[in-house]
Amino acid sequence: MKFKNGMLMRGLLLLFILGGSFATFASEKEEESHQEEFNAAEYAVHHALDAHEFHFTDNIVIPLPVILWTDNGIVTFMSSAFHHDDAGKVVVTKNGMNFVKLHEKIYLLEEGAEHIEMNAEHHPENAAQIIMDFSLTKNVVTMFLVAFLMLFVFFKSARFYKRETQIAPRGVAGWTEPIILFIKELAAENIEGEKYKRFLPYLLTVFFFILFGNLLGLLPILSNPNMTGSISITLLLAMFTFIIQMVSTKKTYWLHIFDPLGNSMGWGAKIPLYLILLPIEILGIFIKPAALMIRLFANITAGHIIVVSLISIIFVNQSAWWSGLSVPMTLFISALELLVAFLQAYIFTMLSALFIGAAVETAHH
Amino acid sequence: MDIVTPAVGQIFWGGLVFLILLFLLAKFAWKPILGAVNERERTISESLELAEKTKAEMQTLQAENENLLKEARAERDLMIKDAKEVASKMVTDAKGIAKEEGSKIIASAKESINAEKAAAISELKTQVAGFAIEIAEKVVHVELSSDVKQKALADKLVDDINLN
Repeated sequence: MKFKNGMLMRGLLLLFILGGSFATFASEKEEESHQEEFNAAEYAVHHALDAHEFHFTDNIVIPLPVILWTDNGIVTFMSSAFHHDDAGKVVVTKNGMNFVKLHEKIYLLEEGAEHIEMNAEHHPENAAQIIMDFSLTKNVVTMFLVAFLMLFVFFKSARFYKRETQIAPRGVAGWTEPIILFIKELAAENIEGEKYKRFLPYLLTVFFFILFGNLLGLLPILSNPNMTGSISITLLLAMFTFIIQMVSTKKTYWLHIFDPLGNSMGWGAKIPLYLILLPIEILGIFIKPAALMIRLFANITAGHIIVVSLISIIFVNQSAWWSGLSVPMTLFISALELLVAFLQAYIFTMLSALFIGAAVETAHH
Repeated sequence: MDIVTPAVGQIFWGGLVFLILLFLLAKFAWKPILGAVNERERTISESLELAEKTKAEMQTLQAENENLLKEARAERDLMIKDAKEVASKMVTDAKGIAKEEGSKIIASAKESINAEKAAAISELKTQVAGFAIEIAEKVVHVELSSDVKQKALADKLVDDINLN
């Protein structure tokens, strides 16, 4: 019975992945047919970007709050005020300021300007992008959803252990415990001694945050939010790892950076080598978290773009027959993305543990 | 390139959400879960250790039992041996006593036989002496019937004495 349910769930998931993507595109096609030629690349990139609304189909759009920090104070309004315009045509006037939305970014029109003017490079001439945009965008709302899901799942797991400690876990705890133990082992392997226990809460949180984000991103029913594929979020997570790493560094770590060759040779040989090695080592401090940031961003975004591009084959060729090629390939990539969702969460956590482990180690190996 | 441009809003909300999430989960989820898991791990390893210890104890107990059995067997053998020795000693002792007693009886029998024999001999001697006197009376009676004969006898007796 349980197995059957599992099969059903998996079937539904696949249906969401495929059907959802289709629903989005079916409506898109109508729009495209009486506009200029369908640009798959632009559409794929647009799909991977953050947005000010949840776009399910052209008829079902959930508007999200726009919160702007301007020179004249905080301005808030719903994104529906733009009437789904993303080309800077609809002007919203608040607190005596004129706002337009262009490529999912809010621009402030210059004083007196009524319409956005574009220059030859398709950049706005008379409007400035609002950097201090604290809107609850698609990614932010997805993040809230991830947070609530995590709180729900892990509080429920924790409740199990309040009742029972001596028996094997059941229910949600039965699903979460093996993964928690896996991360615990991962941390213990990479961080020497008992020190790993101090970093375990962070590693667990970051692993599940990425995993849940990745998995939610696979759901077309949520219009594939690309939360963990957003450079802002991966930058933030990489920064957390970097800060934790830097705060907990010990003498050995800096010795490895500034004297990487140790006692293997004399200073006469080391000094010319260090002219090259030291800059590399120092750069390495920053390259590691940067790689962490780019790896997660690139992997998840690439998955999203590939899925959208494969589906786009149908619309580029303007023929439903192409779905015979496009759908199986999308199915394959979607299954692969499921693997990548786990893999990237694992890699991020493992490398974080490795970097922190290198920072706190006290003995030479 | 919009796709690689970080957004302030996402970083702000992300940081806020992540830190709150980290705090709440660390306090109300990771701590009890990891605590319970560690507790269970400890219990399991302790139980295994106890089982191992009990097994070792059982083994020593078994060895002790075997030793006890061996000792008991040895003791039994010793007791049997002792009993046998005692029995054979008793038999030898009894034999010795019987022999002694026998020889005593024999000795006393010999003594009484000798006494009887002596008595018989002395009686015989008395009788023989009687007979001899009787015969001698009769002989003397004859010999002394004439003077001549008396003389001859006396001579003869003198001769015998000389010869002796």
